[in-house]
Amino acid sequence: MTTAQETIVLRGHIIDSLILAKVLDLILTMGGSFDLDRVEIGRTREDPSHARIIVKAPTLATLTHILRAIQPHGAVVEQERDCVVRPAPADGVFPDEFYSTTHLPTDVRLSDLWIEVQRVEMDLGIIVDLQHMKARTVPMADVRKGDLIVVGQAGVRVIPMQRPRERDVFAFMEATVSAERPHSHVIADVARRMRMLREERRTGGGPAKVLLAGGPAIIHAGGRDALTWLVEEGFIQVLFCGNALAAHDMEADLYGTSLGYAMNAGHAVPHGHAHHLRTINRIRAIGSIRAAVESGVIERGIMAACIRAGVHVVMAGTIRDDGPLPGVITDSMQAQAAMREAIPGVGLALLVASTLHAVATGNLLPAAVPTVCVDINASVPTKLADRGSFQAVGLVMDAASFLNELARQLGRSL
Amino acid sequence: MSRLLVCPPDYFDIEYEINPWMRRANTVDHASAVAQWRGLMQVLEQEVGVRLERMSPVPELPDLVFTANAGVVVGRRAVVSRFRYPERQREEAYFEDWFRSAGYDVVTLESEFFFEGAGDLLGFSDCWFGGYRQRSDIRVFPLLSDVFMREIIPLELVDGRFYHLDTCFCPLSGGELLYFPAAFDKDGQEVITERVSDESRLVVPEHEALRFACNAVCVGKQVVLPAGCPETERQLHSRGYRTHSLRLGEFMKSGGSAKCLTLALD
Repeated sequence: MTTAQETIVLRGHIIDSLILAKVLDLILTMGGSFDLDRVEIGRTREDPSHARIIVKAPTLATLTHILRAIQPHGAVVEQERDCVVRPAPADGVFPDEFYSTTHLPTDVRLSDLWIEVQRVEMDLGIIVDLQHMKARTVPMADVRKGDLIVVGQAGVRVIPMQRPRERDVFAFMEATVSAERPHSHVIADVARRMRMLREERRTGGGPAKVLLAGGPAIIHAGGRDALTWLVEEGFIQVLFCGNALAAHDMEADLYGTSLGYAMNAGHAVPHGHAHHLRTINRIRAIGSIRAAVESGVIERGIMAACIRAGVHVVMAGTIRDDGPLPGVITDSMQAQAAMREAIPGVGLALLVASTLHAVATGNLLPAAVPTVCVDINASVPTKLADRGSFQAVGLVMDAASFLNELARQLGRSL
Repeated sequence: MSRLLVCPPDYFDIEYEINPWMRRANTVDHASAVAQWRGLMQVLEQEVGVRLERMSPVPELPDLVFTANAGVVVGRRAVVSRFRYPERQREEAYFEDWFRSAGYDVVTLESEFFFEGAGDLLGFSDCWFGGYRQRSDIRVFPLLSDVFMREIIPLELVDGRFYHLDTCFCPLSGGELLYFPAAFDKDGQEVITERVSDESRLVVPEHEALRFACNAVCVGKQVVLPAGCPETERQLHSRGYRTHSLRLGEFMKSGGSAKCLTLALD
């Protein structure tokens, strides 16, 4: 894995003289690697050519050796400047020209040193602590007057994505959305990753968590049992949802219906439309979902499994919520903050059948997290990609089919 | 008719060691050096038919005699050298003064770039070659390419004995090239074979390269080179060149020969 890198430029008649080839060869033979960021070849023999190369090495010492070896051949380290910071003019306001983040790994240069920005996430600012030489992302609403915020592009570098070691559906890390691609191999790759992550967690090899952000269609469409099984088997550690998924899940346990429809019969039951309200009311009376599960009122289903398995659940409310259930965060800024808190350590994200949760979660995730977005409507994965989550793989299919197939591939017998 | 800049060897000596040829213990026979230099001038003027511009020698600048390193001249424009070693950096002001007083449009380089003039920049009408690594900095060639509007192909010099390009590489007026391949790295050798056809490349054997066979002055079909290079002369004769071989041993003690003692002005 790359730990040190520097950008160099080469100029002159570097193509015909084989200088470019020589420099690249030196980088490789000395144990480094490179990305050709830009090569402009002179149009006529008199025109010089120009190359910008990102040199990478496993250690700083190797990088230093490489730079020392290639400099006599004309490789010049690109002029680097410290980032520019300005104090925030007021609480909740960035200075003009603030640097707006991507979800790619990012460094800023402070006092001639490149510092890694902590908690990368798109569409935020970067706050720096000059005393401790630290930098992290900060949401606009959280900035306080006088905080030092990075402005402009100088002294900021975004590190291009490394291709994952596994050659699976995530290997290309680019949004691909198609309803016409065979789904089974995508799901097989997701299953393989989930199995690997669970194994790593069990053997203490890595903290990587699997996040699922889901909508109530999981319940309506018949994916409840599969998701319950995935939670019970230790495949999921974080659940993002709204009031509805939790309400319909527990409605199914208490009444056997989802939004009034009998789960097993496929028709509305008398007074069924009130079932979800009665469910919410019951849980409110008990005080919390946890208490409802622990007291035995709620016995089965996704929420019960999450409580028993210790899954970190964040329920974010919307303006049309009934109730809502205890634990639903109704302030959207607080909900965003709670979701943000749960992101570190996530190594795989499944965004299933929920437009708003999918986009919100996509915005919070670093690009390095493999992400799959499943929705019956192709516009959801497309929207996610349009909002910047280029690494998400889109799967156009219904939530239940996806979850059932995923659980089957992970060993659930029907 | 060609014009060459030369400088009499009044103060020529070996006072420091900045290349593998120089040994301070190796005393220069001053009378012999003067006689060899005069012999070269005589051949150049009377037999080759060039005009010589003599610049005044300066005490304590023993290498001012090697005018090939003064800079590079094209038309009315002169780029003055920036020497790598402090011992020779003191020459820069004198060369610059000479170019200015002779009416040249003088171009000076940033002091961070080393460039040792026609010692490291040679070529044909359409394409030039720049020697780097030993004395000149490769980064100077894109700048010179902009100044002179020529393609300059850098060649890495990998043998310390051939520390300037003109010690191992001599383009001839008919498009042929006299050179010693082992002075260049693999890439440099490949580039040369790509740019100069098989029949135009005259390879100098090592023992003659070490006698500075490539440090020759070519004007028209005449070539002035150090004595003791019969194989090189044979190859030149076969291509229709007339050769003038001269004893220049006193200057070879400093790592220079016929070419190093002259700078082409047009």
